[in-house]
Amino acid sequence: MAPYSAFQIFRNALSGQKNWQRAWRAAEPKPSYDVIVIGGGGHGLATAFYLAENHGIRNVAVLEKGYIGGGNVGRNTTVIRSNYLLDGNTQFYEFSMKLWEGMSRALNFNVMFSQRGQLVTAHSADQLDGFGHRANVMRLNGIDADILDRDEVRRLVPYLDFSDTARFPIHGAIFQGRAGTARHDAVAWGYARAADGHGVDIIQNCEVTGFIRDGERIVGVETTKGRIGAAKVGLAVAGHTSVLGAKAGLELPIESHVLQAFVTGPLKPLVDHVVAYGADHFYVSQSDKGGLVFGGNLDGYNSYAQRGNLGVVREVAEAAIALMPCISRIRLLRHWGGAMDMTPDASPIICPTPIDGLYLNGGWCYGGFKATPASGWCFAHTIATGKPHPLIAAYGLDRFRTGRTLDEAGAGPSAWLQ
Amino acid sequence: MLRIECPCCGPRDHDEFRYGGDASVSRPTHDDPDPEAWYAYVYVRKNPAGLHREFWQHVIGCRQWLVVERDTRNHVVSSVTFARTSRA
Repeated sequence: MAPYSAFQIFRNALSGQKNWQRAWRAAEPKPSYDVIVIGGGGHGLATAFYLAENHGIRNVAVLEKGYIGGGNVGRNTTVIRSNYLLDGNTQFYEFSMKLWEGMSRALNFNVMFSQRGQLVTAHSADQLDGFGHRANVMRLNGIDADILDRDEVRRLVPYLDFSDTARFPIHGAIFQGRAGTARHDAVAWGYARAADGHGVDIIQNCEVTGFIRDGERIVGVETTKGRIGAAKVGLAVAGHTSVLGAKAGLELPIESHVLQAFVTGPLKPLVDHVVAYGADHFYVSQSDKGGLVFGGNLDGYNSYAQRGNLGVVREVAEAAIALMPCISRIRLLRHWGGAMDMTPDASPIICPTPIDGLYLNGGWCYGGFKATPASGWCFAHTIATGKPHPLIAAYGLDRFRTGRTLDEAGAGPSAWLQ
Repeated sequence: MLRIECPCCGPRDHDEFRYGGDASVSRPTHDDPDPEAWYAYVYVRKNPAGLHREFWQHVIGCRQWLVVERDTRNHVVSSVTFARTSRA
């Protein structure tokens, strides 16, 4: 496949841009593969790419029940950051950040990674102290972090509510300059194209309906396109992990919940960073088209519906106006929902499973997009070697049983409260 | 809005209620020493894509705990009962 470049655009211009190749083949399933990855989202495609790129395993299929980019990789708010507090999370998400920084070059696909910086506002002296703790942890791990006082926040984002009547006055903020956003579809397409370039078969509209076993071992999958054999099967279907896990006989500490996201009509440039509200659940960035992209809380009850409820629209709008009164008259263009795997500690699960031949990658709660490259990298390692990558040692399924939860949100074991 | 037919107050919007999670898990007896039973009770959920028995409390109403049967794919509520009778 010819690499994308400025020269290619120029050359194709001579023939009216009509001779571009498909970005990936429309593959039909072979009878069997070395590895089948179920789920053609960001994580599944990244896993397939790194299986080929890092481990030389190229006889790989990615099975997607819908189309590439139609699931959560195309439904998120595209925020990328590595400002995690707890050991295990801190290092994993920073590794992910480093992969983001080289991704466009590694994939030969412009994922429009924009390190515009992310800040989280603090609304009390105590909260700012907590952010100081977090910033120290980040810096000790070699991650950029700054604590801003009220005046510094005001210089950076003057459009927030700094008035005397603000419901929760801004005391300061924690800021990560390397955080930012990326074009989410491009991430899916970039990994799909790069994986395909290594010989990976990407099979769309192919739903897995069951697992084929030889004794206890899983040796393939039943799909809507027939039986496909595999030496190893990786599950990367966050949102529906319980459904496929149940088919394999796994009972998991996961609930599926719907999370909504919103975009307004286009505005002139206003929000130059990613801004998160420390007093409620609300975060916002501005897309290249000018729309404000934002999100808030879960709807709060088990759901696979991929659409949300109006009560949350109101709650998110209230938080938005409390932080940014200047957007009170802006109209929403669209809002949509995605089904999330929520775990009892808000941290993901990536590990070999008790079932031979089956590997699990799920439980991403609403933090999966930023983890895409590291998740794929570490999951590929886990599948290739049969052992967890050191960076995901804390993400084992057994941590709930052994009491080693990674409770970043400190919200207790109810999945819908994370 | 999801609408829940409260057996005490009649049909009400779901934002009058607090969600209480999966009603099919059963709490081990207080003196149960088996960590596996507690692990299952605290963490493991069937999480079906389909009919789900779940707790809701009518906090801005009669304050009763209810058991609601709801389809998690389309939110159709098929039954609502008082939790105290449903658990018996």
